[in-house]
Amino acid sequence: MRIKDHPILHFEEKKIIQFYYNNQLVEGQEGDTIASALHALGVKKLSESIHLHRPRGFYCAIGNCASCNMIVDGIPNVRTCITPLQEGMKVETQTNKGDLYVK
Amino acid sequence: MLNKDLVIIGGGPAGLCAAKTAAEAGLSSIIIERSPKLGGQLVKQTHMFFGSEKQYAKTRGYNIAKILIDDVNRYHDKIEILTDTTVVGLYKDKVITILHQDEYRKIQAKAIIVATGASEKVLAFENNDLPGIYGAGAVQTLMNVYGVLPGHDVVMVGSGNIGLIVSYQLLQAGVNVKAVIEAAPTIGGYKVHASKLKRLGVPIYTQHTITKAFGKDCVEKILVTKLDQNWNPIEGSSFEMDVDGVCISVGLTPMGNLLAMIDAQMKYISELGGMVPIINHEHETSIENIFVCGDISGIEEASSAIVEGYYTGLVVANRLGYHHPNYMLLKEDYESQLNNLRSGPFGEKIRLGLAKMAEELNHVK
Repeated sequence: MRIKDHPILHFEEKKIIQFYYNNQLVEGQEGDTIASALHALGVKKLSESIHLHRPRGFYCAIGNCASCNMIVDGIPNVRTCITPLQEGMKVETQTNKGDLYVK
Repeated sequence: MLNKDLVIIGGGPAGLCAAKTAAEAGLSSIIIERSPKLGGQLVKQTHMFFGSEKQYAKTRGYNIAKILIDDVNRYHDKIEILTDTTVVGLYKDKVITILHQDEYRKIQAKAIIVATGASEKVLAFENNDLPGIYGAGAVQTLMNVYGVLPGHDVVMVGSGNIGLIVSYQLLQAGVNVKAVIEAAPTIGGYKVHASKLKRLGVPIYTQHTITKAFGKDCVEKILVTKLDQNWNPIEGSSFEMDVDGVCISVGLTPMGNLLAMIDAQMKYISELGGMVPIINHEHETSIENIFVCGDISGIEEASSAIVEGYYTGLVVANRLGYHHPNYMLLKEDYESQLNNLRSGPFGEKIRLGLAKMAEELNHVK
């Protein structure tokens, strides 16, 4: 859900950015972070806790808490709340600690 | 390894203002900011600030951010900016490791100002880790920076100024704020903010708290419980509320994690928000030439962070041999501005905290 009318702020139409969420092609906007784009699509669960696999969403939205970590283009533990969304990104729900990324 | 005179960690109000006065005195600096943009948490503040004109009162927060960023850009020959960059290591010999777009680099500094700000506290209750339960500041970022709504029906936990202001901003964005819940017997923030909410029909439940959240992949319902005089839950007083978002606004805590890496002396001072570095009147930590300013040494308003930034930039420049022609005059002015901001009943807590800090400093000596 995006804000359309606001008494103080103006949110203009922005360029569409296409990316993959769990292998599904979806759309965000220029200026989005990965987390804000997913949230606008109604996706609140971003990862799972390591041991009990409880659902996790973002908490702080400014890069402090690591609750929004996801796998992005194969790299785990990416703080999606401060990572700008880019065309063609492959974003996946993270369900474990994540493995070392080898190019 | 890069060599820099002054490295400023954090591009919020404190860091930006420190860079400005340092540049005015002739000292070059580099600002390191982990977010894509400068401005810190001012960029999401849509309300007008209080205080005096010197701290940009009656200006909306995001416009104050623009002013401060413009100021820094005017000194582009003296101030370098690295955004999207996280400091991952800080060493006593003033070496900093940074991570920028998958690449690690090292910087050797002569002086460092750590202006990392604060983080939002969490509240303990059953299922508090469900998605849809956020810090109130996080919701502010989501709405006011990215234009995305947190949900349809939201409850605010905490009635300090942030809780009250964000509740109002939720209403402005078209969200139904079902209630503000406050554990204390009285509303924490300014009356003017609380009255605005009450006029718009938002109930404020004092002496109530959230005791449980329900939901599968997102919060769907919460349990609210009344508290007695001793803050204990009253049995049989609980009631349910259907919500798809919960904002937790129970205060901020200074973010001094980096200072722990260099073994700077820290102390828990509750009035300042938690663990803070012990600093002297020049804002220097127990490690020589490593300074702090802003919320990292005590939670206050952004106005105080701005003035502390100006003050610290000036002092650090002087330390490194860059003497501003109006040094004494400016220093005294910033000191008196800070005293003004900390006067009155709402400044009582911070005054008490700073008194404890001064006492602690004597022990260190």
